[in-house]
Amino acid sequence: MHVDYRSLRFEYRRSPDQSAPQAARHAVVVVGAGPVGLATAIDLAQALEGSGRRVLLLDDDASLSNGSRAICFAKRTLEIFDRLGCGDAMVEKGVTWSRGRVFHREDPVYSFDLLPESGHRRPAFVNLQQYYVEGFLLDRARAMPGIEIRWGNKVAAVEPSEDGVGLTVETPDGAYRIVADYLVAADGARSPIRRALGLESKGRTFRDRFLIADVRMKADFPAERWFWFDPPFHPNQSVLLHSQPDGVWRIDFQLGWDADPVAERDPVRVIPRVRALLGKDADFELEWVSVYTFSCLRMERFRHGRVVFAGDAAHGVSPFGARGANSGVQDAENIAWKLALVLRGAAPDALLDSYDAERVAAADENILNSTRSTDFITPKSEASRAFRDAVLDLARDCAFARRLVNSGRLSLPSTYAASPLNTPDDEVFEGPMVPGAPALDAPLAGGDWLLRHLGGGFVLLHFGEAAPAPPATVPPLRVLAVTAAADAEGLAARRYDARPGTTYLIRPDQHVCARWRRFDPEAVRAALDRATGRGVEGA
Amino acid sequence: MLNTEPNIAAPDDFYEALLALHQDLSPEQGRQVDARLILLLCNHIGDPAVLRQAMARAREGIVPAGHDATLAARA
Ligand SMILES: Cc1cc2nc3c(=O)[nH]c(=O)nc-3n(C[C@H](O)[C@H](O)[C@H](O)COP(=O)(O)OP(=O)(O)OC[C@H]3O[C@@H](n4cnc5c(N)ncnc54)[C@H](O)[C@@H]3O)c2cc1C
Repeated sequence: MHVDYRSLRFEYRRSPDQSAPQAARHAVVVVGAGPVGLATAIDLAQALEGSGRRVLLLDDDASLSNGSRAICFAKRTLEIFDRLGCGDAMVEKGVTWSRGRVFHREDPVYSFDLLPESGHRRPAFVNLQQYYVEGFLLDRARAMPGIEIRWGNKVAAVEPSEDGVGLTVETPDGAYRIVADYLVAADGARSPIRRALGLESKGRTFRDRFLIADVRMKADFPAERWFWFDPPFHPNQSVLLHSQPDGVWRIDFQLGWDADPVAERDPVRVIPRVRALLGKDADFELEWVSVYTFSCLRMERFRHGRVVFAGDAAHGVSPFGARGANSGVQDAENIAWKLALVLRGAAPDALLDSYDAERVAAADENILNSTRSTDFITPKSEASRAFRDAVLDLARDCAFARRLVNSGRLSLPSTYAASPLNTPDDEVFEGPMVPGAPALDAPLAGGDWLLRHLGGGFVLLHFGEAAPAPPATVPPLRVLAVTAAADAEGLAARRYDARPGTTYLIRPDQHVCARWRRFDPEAVRAALDRATGRGVEGA
Repeated sequence: MLNTEPNIAAPDDFYEALLALHQDLSPEQGRQVDARLILLLCNHIGDPAVLRQAMARAREGIVPAGHDATLAARA
């Protein structure tokens, strides 16, 4: 069934809260039904199932994102969407790709494959218009009894206190008040909640402008990311081309700082630029055009008492590297399980501080990568430009220079190496599955996948024939036994550097938090305490 | 460790070659050649500690008189 998600309008409906004599109390309120708010609400509702607590999601608008925003969704995001129950829809609709090519003038200088190995359920990337991503998330959210969505509900004032957060919400029927135990602000880059609390997001703006055009056409470019520096059809600037579903192509034209952002949006200017790329007889239609200036910035802290900031509200990057929505969805899954455990009384409020520690570090990693890419694409001084041009020239025949070419380092999930929730290794392990790392997928017998069995709650991932009985804990543990027969290809054991007896403790967001060479219930208990904020220091 | 002791067998020959490399070039072209040369040599050296020492010595005593074209962002 084809749904035109762009044309969907969601009706404002009056809520009984609006006639309540006293402000109604909600366990958790999420503000903003963008990709991050939707993912947060779904994850929270899954984690709160059976607790009697529901999630209230407020959005000031009546429709999904329109226009040229996010299109590249990374493997890790798809794995999170799998856990949220909407991964298949995303992958079926999306254009799968893993290869990027970089050209200088007319010559190919560099290409990369973002997922050179097999044995993963999900591809390196799919391209999918943001309105589809939001639409599939919304389809899922609306099917969940644990979520109430209120459209046309604009948060106008926020009053945090010791025991709750008061909200004033404006609607077509006037304003009303509610109180939340916790508030997740996923209200976007301009975050009115951030402003209302007198907080700031700070960083750097790049002195450049980019024309982002979504073009509908029949074309035979492959499903790859193509990036040109100084191509003959757009001299002295760069161009990026991406394939999207429904025969739509994304073209980013670098314009330079002096370009007029209003005039450049005029089809009279845009069409010749597109023709220069596609050929003068090309048959195409403009779907959407906008002109952007990009910044890298973040809030100093993402947690402010009972208010936590997630997604663009908390941090921003330039789109080269596709780290905006992708990292925001990782914020969502990081806060959701922690908040759910705190609300259920199964973890102390201090667990929420680890959201701040882990996601601020992740934002710094994303900002670092995005800044480096943008500094390459938009040189900030004559010397920067000379080195950039030298790299591109040398890349033609010097292998080392190809690795310096930076047209965007594409989104990878962060490893929370310094997280207070990790239990440091006592034994020697090889490979990337260090405490803090997002668990890698691996094929299991019968067409099954490892990641399908991880997450939700805490899981003891045990390699070997005799599965241990989990100790009785709060929150409870599930055991996943990976036998030699289940790991028929041996990839799970290889990726986790596992031997018979090797045991991993995996968090509800599928990140590793501890591992051992043999199962020891006391060590598991201690690691679980630490991973839920009841760490040794505080005890 | 960055070697700042004499390491070039025929210093005058080397220096002449370095100047010859830039013969008849405009300032922009000279900068282009220098940038390529620096990248080639840095890759050849490889050792990040040595590169950092060399960069620090190169920048020593220079008080910035220009500035990068970046803007502060606040939202
Ligand atoms: C040109 C471009 C290309 C991009 N490409 C990519 C890409 O390929 N991959 C990628 O990962 N990212 C990309 N991004 C970034 C991505 O679009 C954002 O990171 C993402 O939309 C952030 O999601 P969010 O949910 O945090 O905020 P938003 O999507 O901005 O959602 C915020 C929501 O909050 C609501 N809201 C705001 N104020 C209130 C209020 N007072 N009360 C109630 N509701 C409110 C808004 O209506 C909105 O629905 C791109 C961005 C641009 C501009």
